[in-house]
Amino acid sequence: MPDVRALDYAGSERLTMNMGPQHPSAHGVFRAILTLEGETVVGVDAVIGYLHRCHEKLAETLAYVQYPTIASKTDYVAAMSSELAYVMAAERIGSFEVPKRAQYLRVLMGELQRIASHCLWLGTWCMDMGGALGGGATIFLYCIRERELVLDLFESLVGARLLYGFHQVGGVRYDLPEGWTAECRKTVALIEQRLGEYEGMLEDNPFFMMRTKGVGVISTALAQDVGISGPLLRGSGVEWDLRRSQPYSSYEDFAFTVPVETGGDCYARYKVRMVEFRQSIRIIRQILDGLPAGPISSRPGVKSLAQVKVPKGEAYARVEGPRGEVGCFLVSDGSNKPYRMKWRGASFSNLAVLPHILPGCSVADVVAIMGSVDPVFGEVDR
Amino acid sequence: MTPDRARELLGTVAGVTLSGAGTPVVAQVEPAQWLDAARFAKDTLGCAFFSFLTAIDWKEQGLEIVAWVDNLDARVSVELRTKLGPGVTSCASLTPVYRGANWMEREGFDMFGVRFEGHPDLRRILLADDWEGHPLLKSYAVDTPHPPYR
Repeated sequence: MPDVRALDYAGSERLTMNMGPQHPSAHGVFRAILTLEGETVVGVDAVIGYLHRCHEKLAETLAYVQYPTIASKTDYVAAMSSELAYVMAAERIGSFEVPKRAQYLRVLMGELQRIASHCLWLGTWCMDMGGALGGGATIFLYCIRERELVLDLFESLVGARLLYGFHQVGGVRYDLPEGWTAECRKTVALIEQRLGEYEGMLEDNPFFMMRTKGVGVISTALAQDVGISGPLLRGSGVEWDLRRSQPYSSYEDFAFTVPVETGGDCYARYKVRMVEFRQSIRIIRQILDGLPAGPISSRPGVKSLAQVKVPKGEAYARVEGPRGEVGCFLVSDGSNKPYRMKWRGASFSNLAVLPHILPGCSVADVVAIMGSVDPVFGEVDR
Repeated sequence: MTPDRARELLGTVAGVTLSGAGTPVVAQVEPAQWLDAARFAKDTLGCAFFSFLTAIDWKEQGLEIVAWVDNLDARVSVELRTKLGPGVTSCASLTPVYRGANWMEREGFDMFGVRFEGHPDLRRILLADDWEGHPLLKSYAVDTPHPPYR
């Protein structure tokens, strides 16, 4: 990639192009104001905020029993992980206990959520790169087909397919219905088998390899400096997974490997996520085999707004969501509402790397790189 | 690097007061030493990973800035905090040390009106450019009208 600042563009014509907010590859509402020299990007102004719903101000007005259902609307394709970050922060300040069964159920849902979220990522990313993959929407439809199966599991558990309200301070709200475990085993077995089919379709396709290998390289130093996390960070050669390095919710009980790739390009990020699919399935099987009996919450079901009071204090709780570090920084003044709540959205920091890596790329690469970052704008704009 | 070693090293930096034990290492920093403390955390403590930066409005006691950085190899987390004081809205920018501070500080400016001195591009990030006020300040009522809707 040439250093564009070193090139002399005197006399050539610059073009400013708005990519988004309604561009199909914008994955929501992202506007990149690109400055182009021919096909090459020389400048980027990333405009976000179209989906801002003042989550942090809202959280100051809602009780600890109310907000978890709203938390799922930050990262709405991985609602389980954002809910978990919020209730974990409250539990940490109040030193509330969480029963072992609830901890395992949280991990189970977190991993199913990772599979569903990665399905959506793979499908939309391949559709973005479109025709080069032999028919555009093919992989997208396959992935959505598998994601539906996971959403069916969520629906039979909580009655909702996208935004769950599954977590509450002190545990979870729903236990597994009868027959759920068998259905879950069937689903993950099917997905495991289909993963191999996707990989065959993509990795045997020279166009896919050309569009991802060596494209959008993020160096290790830049990755840490900007604070990108999740598959992006691991694709840039850093072995950092909160499930392993700062275990929460009993993750230390399960065997899984943390994939690391050193390429730092779109292909490395793809490889990391494909391994994560399988590791999630591995964790899910361990939970289904060894789910302890017992209560699913240390606290009674929610009956009033003042039911959960958190003592004065502060905590930062973070979980490894499908996109990386989802964190909730909570300041409590001892009442039933937070004094201040800060969301650390994984996508916000992941997206912040774009202005650093896009200059020098071609316009077509911008699409491939955007998709490999896998931003969810509910979490960027909050 | 261990949390205890990080605490010991940070204790030698001027304008830094430590509290608590274990991880995270919580360092209360004088506003004048804010940038130096961040540089120390990155260069000496190896905290290369920038997690987040935000602010808390303590009403009459003024704003407090909180930044969280990690040493990913040693698994040490450092929470840097600085109290700007009543009525003060100016703070040194961490962008010369951490590139991730760029967007986080823009959000701090957007939501709290903090002027990060030395920031290369301090403008609103989530709200519209013509928004009035800084919504996460405690003085900003939740139902502040904005006619017509925008």
